[in-house]
Amino acid sequence: MKIQDTMEKILQLSKADECIVISEESSNANVRWANNTTTTNGVAEARKLHVISTKNKRVGVVGRTYFPDDQLEDLVRESEAACEDKPEAEDYAPLIEGISNDGWSESLDRIGIEVFSNFAPELAQVFKEAESSDTKLFGFADHSTSAVYLATSSGMRLGHMQGEGKLEVNAKSSDYSRSSWVGQATSTFRDIDLSRHYERLQQRLGWAEKKLDLDPGHYEVLLEPSAVTDMLLYSYWTSLARDADEGRTVFSKPGGGNRKGEQLYPDHVTIYSDPSEPGFEVSPFQVVPTSNSQASVFDNGLACDRTEWVSRGVLQNLVTPRYWADKTEGPAVPFIDNLIFPSNGPSLDDMISSTRRALLVTCLWYIREVDPQTLLLTGLTRDGVFLVEDGEVKGAVNNFRFNMSPVGMLAQAHELGASEPTLAREFGDYFTFAKAPPVRVADWNMSSVSQAT
Amino acid sequence: MARPDIDQSFADLSYEAMADAALSKAQSLNVSYADFRFERLKGQLINMRDLQLEGLVTSESLGFAVRLVKDGSWGFAASVELSPEAAARAVEQATDVARTLSSLNSEPVELADEPTYEDSFVSSYDIDPFSVPDEEKVSFLKGINEKVLASKKADHVDFALSQVLENKFFASLSGSKITQQRVRLQGNFDAVRVDKDSGAFDTMRSNAVPVGKGWEYISSEYDFMADAEEIPSLLEEKMASKSVDPGPYDLVIDPTNLWLTIHESIGHATELDRALGYEAAYAGTSFATIDNLGKLQYGSPVMHVTGDRLAENGLASVGYDDEGVAAQQWDIIKDGVLVGYQLNRQMAEKQGFGRSNGCAFADSPLHVPLQRMPNVSLQPGQKNLSLDDLIDGVDRGIYIVGDKSWSIDMQRYNFQFTGQRFYEIRSGKIIGQLKDVAYQATTTDFWNSMEAVGGPSTYLLGGAFNCGKGQPGQIAPVSHGAPVALFRQINVLNTTHEGGSS
Repeated sequence: MKIQDTMEKILQLSKADECIVISEESSNANVRWANNTTTTNGVAEARKLHVISTKNKRVGVVGRTYFPDDQLEDLVRESEAACEDKPEAEDYAPLIEGISNDGWSESLDRIGIEVFSNFAPELAQVFKEAESSDTKLFGFADHSTSAVYLATSSGMRLGHMQGEGKLEVNAKSSDYSRSSWVGQATSTFRDIDLSRHYERLQQRLGWAEKKLDLDPGHYEVLLEPSAVTDMLLYSYWTSLARDADEGRTVFSKPGGGNRKGEQLYPDHVTIYSDPSEPGFEVSPFQVVPTSNSQASVFDNGLACDRTEWVSRGVLQNLVTPRYWADKTEGPAVPFIDNLIFPSNGPSLDDMISSTRRALLVTCLWYIREVDPQTLLLTGLTRDGVFLVEDGEVKGAVNNFRFNMSPVGMLAQAHELGASEPTLAREFGDYFTFAKAPPVRVADWNMSSVSQAT
Repeated sequence: MARPDIDQSFADLSYEAMADAALSKAQSLNVSYADFRFERLKGQLINMRDLQLEGLVTSESLGFAVRLVKDGSWGFAASVELSPEAAARAVEQATDVARTLSSLNSEPVELADEPTYEDSFVSSYDIDPFSVPDEEKVSFLKGINEKVLASKKADHVDFALSQVLENKFFASLSGSKITQQRVRLQGNFDAVRVDKDSGAFDTMRSNAVPVGKGWEYISSEYDFMADAEEIPSLLEEKMASKSVDPGPYDLVIDPTNLWLTIHESIGHATELDRALGYEAAYAGTSFATIDNLGKLQYGSPVMHVTGDRLAENGLASVGYDDEGVAAQQWDIIKDGVLVGYQLNRQMAEKQGFGRSNGCAFADSPLHVPLQRMPNVSLQPGQKNLSLDDLIDGVDRGIYIVGDKSWSIDMQRYNFQFTGQRFYEIRSGKIIGQLKDVAYQATTTDFWNSMEAVGGPSTYLLGGAFNCGKGQPGQIAPVSHGAPVALFRQINVLNTTHEGGSS
């Protein structure tokens, strides 16, 4: 039985007041390597079905990966029974009605290890080149196709197909003393240009042949797009209207309410999400298996329209589920799975050329929240910190632990370069599609030196 | 404690027929190694926020994986389609993976020997959390919410409760057939206090630990109501307390905080896959490289750290790992010196250890088993020193309780941790709370500054459900036992100052 037919049957079996059925399927292939040889690899087929029932505004949610036809009725009854002993849902809202799209009738385009048929010999060749140049390569190539379907008793029939993958390569000198990294997000895996990435890795290893030791302190930094995106993502995940309205985040306003409408950043900072952004396409509707602080099951099917989070430096929107929008008499604003920080500024090379003294930071790692009041984050620089003086890269410097807030970072974003597709080094596992410029930040707190190389 | 039986609803599943189909297919394809792993993961997550049930979802995942070595290369395939035909097809897919990627492999895979076993294992717990009605759970969480908010000292409260019942069946071409069942749960609440006028706010979490126990931990062992009574007042006191003066302090660290420092600076640093570079592009490497084995003075002579997969109620405790290796215990650091690593069968063979110590784990039937952390624990001292004994020896210091923020570099040198509460110590006495505290150190400096460890009466098994590692990303549950311990002259930061500009 096709998954859409299974979902229709579940809706027919339902005796609840309302029923939401979500299906998520995916097909994945991946390969990992270290020291110029493979370590782990594999292919996997996954699926999950959630049945959400409501009775008298009470919610019951059951999830399954195994749901043969003869168990569907038990699954539906279990979901209904789960409503019985619950309190009324605070986030209850009538289901969105009657929208459908062409994706509903599409099928998952499954992949296998052949997705790497061209890539594997290229990688083997790069391993040979690396061996001959005293370089060790480490990395990960991953690609998935996924299909998500949403069907409700209110008539919604929606589907969305997506390809999503990434390549990460870390190059080290054979004594591990020099290190560089590149990453690329992809929706097809056909746009991976390994030789271009390898050239960049070798350029950075070359820069690192000269080593400089610097003390901790406050520095001007040029953050590359990956580093910018990791910081932005933490800020995005914190941009929740309810938390802000309740006084619990950096976006809360003293005295009550939130900081929407405040000029937090310079005029040249605009950040938005748009599910139809060319090259960064993501689901155009909300899919929410269980309610949480970011979204409600009653947001299922909510359209994800282009949303400016920051407009010319002004905090414009916070993520707002339907029930909270209703309570605060504002619009519902769903979380969207891409993030675009547009800028037509200079190239990174030009930014380096115009620098008197700054640290060029390739990417960040182990970023964690220290103080939610200011959204102070701590973390490490990784795989390439370079001293730039008088317009030139002088050499690699030691890594640092930093303590910085993304809000403070953007407030001091004095210069933006040219935006480009990027992969967040740390949070790219959870959020693939982003575009950001390199950013010059005037005052960045490198709190202590890390001996890591 | 009596051990429950393997859940009959799992035992009734047809995994043995799937294993037979997979392994006979593998044999016909002349692989040098093959295993079949079938898993069921039942999970339930409940979130209650300010007396309202925010979300409650009950899930069940079923799936299987085939892992094999063909012509010296690994191949792996996994699926949620449950039939002997699907299992045999996965063997073909895994073989195809090995063949397609063979040009990338320059190190033929060889595994350390391990006896074969036909056995079952069930972790120790009394009450299967999935046998407890949702109503009882929701009522419990609501009662705690009410207590916290009734104090009028907290403006908000969030309670998250996660429960897992894990079943695994493992069969190998060499003849092992192992069935296992484990239960674990974690729950805690965060109280939030907001000063609306100034906009200041802070949070404080209850002190429960994640455990390899059943519902009995919630219903009768841990006193959440006492936390609900106490935490709002402590939070109010903390917000009104003095902001710490940065600088070096003697630290007395409670096991509720120290478990995480152990996890990050010892647990991950002594994973052999990291030391060998397998995680270099992602989780990172380790300063504790293999040439340091038996030589590196990791910490002071009072430091004795063990790895185990045997601890009662430990989150990493099993009967057998995901390569069919029997659970063991061993020394990692003895008298302050690095003496052991965490191994899987491939690394044990490659590095000449002879036998794996059983650290292979996959968090899902769809993921490859990696070398993951066992329970890594700092052993208590022979002298039964108490918390008061350690505080008594401090002239100017801080007693730190509960974990909060954590971060460490990719070679496990430089770390920074905060906590839930910080008590100022002057002349051997606690004189009140401090706020805005973080401690920062380099791993070996920190552990070599450990002057004393508390006795067995101060020992607590802490841990986490969600230790992250690997690509595709995996999480692992792991426990860390620790006594209270005393560290001399550790660098303390003021987090408010850290956030300021120069």
